[in-house]
Amino acid sequence: MTKQHANWSPYDNNGGSCVAIAGADYCVIAADTRMSTGYSILTRDYSKICKLADKCVMASSGFQADVKALQKLLAARHLIYQHQHNKQMSCPAMAQLLSNTLYYKRFFPYYSFNVVGGLDNEGKGCVYTYDAVGSYERVGYSSQGSGSTLIMPFLDNQLKSPSPLLLPAQDAVTPLSEAEAVDLVKTCFASATERDIYTGDKLEIVVLNKDGICREYMELRKD
Amino acid sequence: MANSAIDVPPRGGFSFDLCRRNEMLTKKGVNPPSFRKTGTTIVGLIFQDGVILGADTRATEGPIVCDKNCEKIHYMAPNIYCCGAGTAADTEAVTDMVSSQLQLHRYHTGRESRVVTALTLLKKHLFNYQGYVQAALVLGGVDCTGPHLHTIYPHGSTDTLPFATMGSGSLAAMAIFESKYKEGLTRDEGIQLVVEAICSGIFNDLGSGSNVDVCVITKGHKEYLRNHLLPNPRTFVSSKGYSFAKKTEVLLTKITPLKEKVEVIEGGDAMEE
Amino acid sequence: MSISEYNGSALVAMVGKNCFAIASDRRLGVQLQTIATDFQRIYKIHDRLLVGLAGLATDAQTLYQRLVFRHKLYQLREERDMKPETFASLVSALLYEKRFGPYFCQPVIAGLSDEDKPFICTMDSIGAKELAKDFVVAGTASESLYGACEAMFKPDMEPEELFETVSQALLASVDRDCLSGWGGHVYIVTPTEIKERILKGRMD
Repeated sequence: MTKQHANWSPYDNNGGSCVAIAGADYCVIAADTRMSTGYSILTRDYSKICKLADKCVMASSGFQADVKALQKLLAARHLIYQHQHNKQMSCPAMAQLLSNTLYYKRFFPYYSFNVVGGLDNEGKGCVYTYDAVGSYERVGYSSQGSGSTLIMPFLDNQLKSPSPLLLPAQDAVTPLSEAEAVDLVKTCFASATERDIYTGDKLEIVVLNKDGICREYMELRKD
Repeated sequence: MANSAIDVPPRGGFSFDLCRRNEMLTKKGVNPPSFRKTGTTIVGLIFQDGVILGADTRATEGPIVCDKNCEKIHYMAPNIYCCGAGTAADTEAVTDMVSSQLQLHRYHTGRESRVVTALTLLKKHLFNYQGYVQAALVLGGVDCTGPHLHTIYPHGSTDTLPFATMGSGSLAAMAIFESKYKEGLTRDEGIQLVVEAICSGIFNDLGSGSNVDVCVITKGHKEYLRNHLLPNPRTFVSSKGYSFAKKTEVLLTKITPLKEKVEVIEGGDAMEE
Repeated sequence: MSISEYNGSALVAMVGKNCFAIASDRRLGVQLQTIATDFQRIYKIHDRLLVGLAGLATDAQTLYQRLVFRHKLYQLREERDMKPETFASLVSALLYEKRFGPYFCQPVIAGLSDEDKPFICTMDSIGAKELAKDFVVAGTASESLYGACEAMFKPDMEPEELFETVSQALLASVDRDCLSGWGGHVYIVTPTEIKERILKGRMD
C-alpha cells in the first residue's frame, strides 16, 4: 500500500481575475468569465461572481471545485441565519463568516482567492479582500486572481486610498462616480487580458447600489 | 578562459564559462530564471503549386505574454522559410545560423538552396545538442525538386509530410487539417485552411494568440503575409476621459539636460587629390 | 528562490514621439535586505543609446563592461557609434553564446536611430530579442509594470507627458514589488537632449 502517484495534487488552478471597488453609495465587483487549466480553456462562460446575500457579492478565482464547495457552504449557512434571525445577513457579517469558514480549513485550505463586495449597514460601499486561509481586510478596492499583479498597480495609481494607520481614520472608499468606476474596471481588464493568458473571453460586472443589483457584460480578447 | 575577455572576434560555438558557477548556485537552492518561450501554433501544408506556412504571434514567459506580435516565420533562403516553436532564443539562433550557412553555400555553388540541405543542417545541429537546443521547427520551401514540407523535433528527428503542425497548439491546428485537408488545394483554399488552423490554435490554446502570419512559397516566388489576419484587437480603449494619473509626479533632485551636438557636414571643398 | 530575484530590479522603456524614456528603480538588495538605495541600473553606451540591465547585479556589471569593451572596439574600427539595432544584436549574440551557462541578466535597450526614430528592445537571459513598438519591461516588478504600462500607455506622447507616464507606471509598479523600489531613475532622450531625473518614491 505504499504506491502513490508522486505528482498528483488535490488542487488545480483555473485562473481568472477579480476586481472590486467600493464607492460612497455603490460597489462594483467584476470578474472575467474564462475558466482554464494548464494551456487549455475549459469554458468561456463561467461566472466567478456569486450573490451571497441581498447586499453582498463574492468574486472568486483559484480552484473552481473548491470555490463551488465554498459557495454552497456559505449559502447553507446564510439560509440557517435567515431562519434564525428572519433577515438577510449584512455584508460585514458575511465577510466575517467567510473568513471563519476559510480558517476552519487552515491545514487543507480551500484553494480560492476571494473578494467580497457589498453595501454595509449605512449603505456605504465596502470591499473585503482575502487570502486562501481567511486573513481578511476591509479596503477601498482590491484585485485577486491570476491577473491581480497586473491590475493592482494601476488601481493603486488611480484610487490610492489613505493609509489605514492615519489618525483620525480616513474613509477608504473611492471618490469616483459609479460610471467612472465601471469604466476603470473595464480598462483594468482590457489591459490584464492583453498580458495574462488566463484572463479573457468576457467581463462580468456587477454593480450594487441602493436600487439593488445590476449586471453588465463586456467582451474581452478570446485568445 | 583566461583570454575570454580579450579575444573578441567571435569564435562561434557556445561558452561554458559560467556553467560551474551556475550549477553551484542551483545546488545551493537558487533556481535559474525561466526563458522566453514561443507557446505557439505553427503549421504548414503543401498545395497544388507550392507550400504555405502559418504561425501565430504570441511569445510567453510563464503565464505572461511578453510579445504580442512576434515573428515566428523565419527566413532561411529566398525559397525556403521556417516556422519555429520552443525556446525563443534557440529557434531564432538556429534558423539564423543555418540561413547564413545556406547563403555561404549559395555563394559557393551559385545554385538555389535545396530544402533538404536546410533540413540536414538543422537536424545535424539539433541532434548534436541532444535536445538541449529546444527548437521544434516546421520547414517549408520549393526548390528544383518541387515543394517540400518537413517537421524537425528538438532531438533532431524529422518528418516529411503533406501537412504539419507544431507547438503547444499543434493538436488544435491538426484537428482542422485532419478534417479538411485534401490534395491539390488552390492557393486561396490553402491560405484559408492555414488561417483556420492557426485561428484554432489561437483561440483554443492559451500558449498561442494574437495575429496570424502566413507565408506562401511557390516556384520562383514567395509572399510573406505578415499579420494576414488580426482577430484579436484590444476590446476596450480607455474611455473618452482617459485614465491619466491624477497626481503630478513628485520629483526630488537633479535635472541634467545634455545638449546633443548636431553635426553639420559642410559640403565645401572636396578633399584634395 | 529564483536567482533573478536575488538583487531585485525594475526596468521599463517607453516610446514617445521622436523620443524615448527608460527608467529603473534605485534599490540594490540581497533578497529582502537593502544594500544600496542609489544603485545605477541604466548605463550609457553613447549619447543616444542607453541600456538597462535587470537581474543579478554582479552579472549585470560584468556584462556591462563587456558591452562597453565591444562598443569601444567597434568605434575604433568603424569611427562611428553603433546603431541601436546593431547593439541589440551584439547583446543578443553575447548572451546566446552563454546559452548553457547564462548571465542571469535581462537587458533593456533603448536608443535613437540616426533618423531620430526611437528603438526599444528587451531580451531574456539567453538573448531572445523582443522588439516592441510601445513599451518593454524587465526585472522582478515586470508583471506589475506590464499591467501599469498596458493601462497607461498612449502612442505618440511628447517628452513631458512621456516622462509623467513612465514615472507613474514605474512608481505604481515598484510599490507592489518587495524587491524593487526606493525611488526611480528616469532618462528621457530626445534628438536634442538627455534629461535625467531622479524620482522620489516610497522608502520602504
